[in-house]
Amino acid sequence: MDEFLHQVLSGVASGGIYASVALALVMIFQATHHVNFAQGEMAMFSTFIALALIEAGVPYWGAFAITVLLSLILGAAIQRVLLTPMAGSPVLASVGVFIGLLLIFNSIAGWLFGYTLKPFPTPFEGPPVLGGFVTRHDLGSTAVTLAVLGGVYGFFRFTNLGLAMRAAAYNPVSSRLMGIRVGRMLALGWGLAAAIGAIAGMMVAPVVFLDPNMMSGVLLYAFAGALLGGISNPLGAVFGGFAIGVIENLAGAYLVGPELKLTLALAIIVAVLTVRPAGLFGRTVVSRV
Amino acid sequence: MRVLRFLAGLLFVAAAAGLAFAVSDYRLFQLTTVAVYAVAILGLALVTGFNGQISLGHGAFYAVGAYVTAILMAHYGVPYWATLPASAAICAALGFLIGLPALRLGGLYLALTTFALAVATPQLLKYHAFEGWTGGVQGLVLDKPDPPPGLPLPLNADQWLYLCTLGVSAVLFLLAANLVRGRIGLAMRAVRDHPLAAEATGIDVALLKTRTFAVSAMVTGVAGSMGAVAVGFVAPDSFTVMLSITLFVGLVVGGVASVAGPVFGGAFIAFLPNIAEDISKAAPGAVYGVVLIAFMFLLPSGVAGGLGRLLRRAARRPA
Repeated sequence: MDEFLHQVLSGVASGGIYASVALALVMIFQATHHVNFAQGEMAMFSTFIALALIEAGVPYWGAFAITVLLSLILGAAIQRVLLTPMAGSPVLASVGVFIGLLLIFNSIAGWLFGYTLKPFPTPFEGPPVLGGFVTRHDLGSTAVTLAVLGGVYGFFRFTNLGLAMRAAAYNPVSSRLMGIRVGRMLALGWGLAAAIGAIAGMMVAPVVFLDPNMMSGVLLYAFAGALLGGISNPLGAVFGGFAIGVIENLAGAYLVGPELKLTLALAIIVAVLTVRPAGLFGRTVVSRV
Repeated sequence: MRVLRFLAGLLFVAAAAGLAFAVSDYRLFQLTTVAVYAVAILGLALVTGFNGQISLGHGAFYAVGAYVTAILMAHYGVPYWATLPASAAICAALGFLIGLPALRLGGLYLALTTFALAVATPQLLKYHAFEGWTGGVQGLVLDKPDPPPGLPLPLNADQWLYLCTLGVSAVLFLLAANLVRGRIGLAMRAVRDHPLAAEATGIDVALLKTRTFAVSAMVTGVAGSMGAVAVGFVAPDSFTVMLSITLFVGLVVGGVASVAGPVFGGAFIAFLPNIAEDISKAAPGAVYGVVLIAFMFLLPSGVAGGLGRLLRRAARRPA
């Protein structure tokens, strides 16, 4: 029973990471109907920036803030430079650009920082808490994730800017007529997604170690989480991310073993698409033709 | 025009066959790789280019083809040529099964599912329950097939393998060209360009998509078989998600909806790593990424599309 509880709690911790990345994916999907295959690599790259800052002597939370800010700018810049011209082009073109970005970030990171596994510091050090069930880092990273998710929710729900962004995603044409700068909103959405990804990257790096391929598994779980919760529903995607974290840990411990964890994500994706393509909380999209 | 194109293809294959006697064994190995990649990209072109279904996981079918051949040759002593139909059949069945859930939905969902498949492939190949067959992390080593005795020309093993690969590739390209030109090809393109109109004219869209995916997986699987023998070795880490992405890059560079395009794409992905790796280990990935984005912006119809436009312009100009 103790072992079970331990697995569930550590699943919640990694689920928070998947939930963040899933939220970033869903934000971009809702605004542009693109799936950002480079989301994981962008987060990985941000984490390397954070490591470089820390190694240069910047204190952890300073490096954290700078990295989040840089990621926000980088994400917005990518949207403006590469994706604005792609608006209205076929799906293949946008997938091509995302895969191109994935390759570029992966190889630049490998070129600048090398391909060896690097340890990444955690600000939450100390002995395990809650009766030894949870490491300090798991607790801390879950708290950070929840704070991020709460902050994003508050931003979209209670601020004018958040409302404008939702409007721009929901109905770009009407929003433009209402005086909302839709292009800027999209860029800001991309920036936010990149910043959320960066935080997820910095939270997962102490657990899995940092290398250019760190995020490929995380991205896969985030995909699975987003699909499970419903790719059209941000709250659903967050729930899906947490659920995937717990499922992954329990299945890894009791069912399939650590060797097939990625295959489990694949199986969940296929199962969701077969049984309930809209996800648990998503709406089935009906379009008039 | 059709005859002209056929003759051009024939001439190209004849010239390529002639190279078997003109260049070194190492160059022949590289040319074999070009043919293998060209066939793998051809499979991808059928589903992505002509049918509009984006697959980011064709490396998985390439891997299955390679492993079918390797397992049959290493464990059961089946001759090389006899493994090709087996790997074609298995890959087609697998493609059908994987396409079944994903193809009912929009193109992005297939891209997602196949991407997940590509990421999970090495793990599945390493899985300990299959280790008796797959050789686990170690993989399997294959012998290069010997040329049959009594040939009119004395051939060494590299030349024989190159000519075999070239022959199989030529046949597959001919079949693909016929498929694309015929009624089924028309239906494939109709589904790509306007699924609703295609459905209204009586095409079973879901079935056609799934079948196209199966054929595409089959072609790429055969490429995997030929690739396994050319390299003489299969191991899980040769079939990472990078392989699938590389095939996708080759497809875009060659030209997505073109039968000749995969030849250019195959040459690009076979030769580029050799050139770029002299600069740095990271260089091939960076070049692929930049080239991919550049083609999407500047030449979305790829090298084949660009050349075709040039040729047409030259033909129209009065002499």
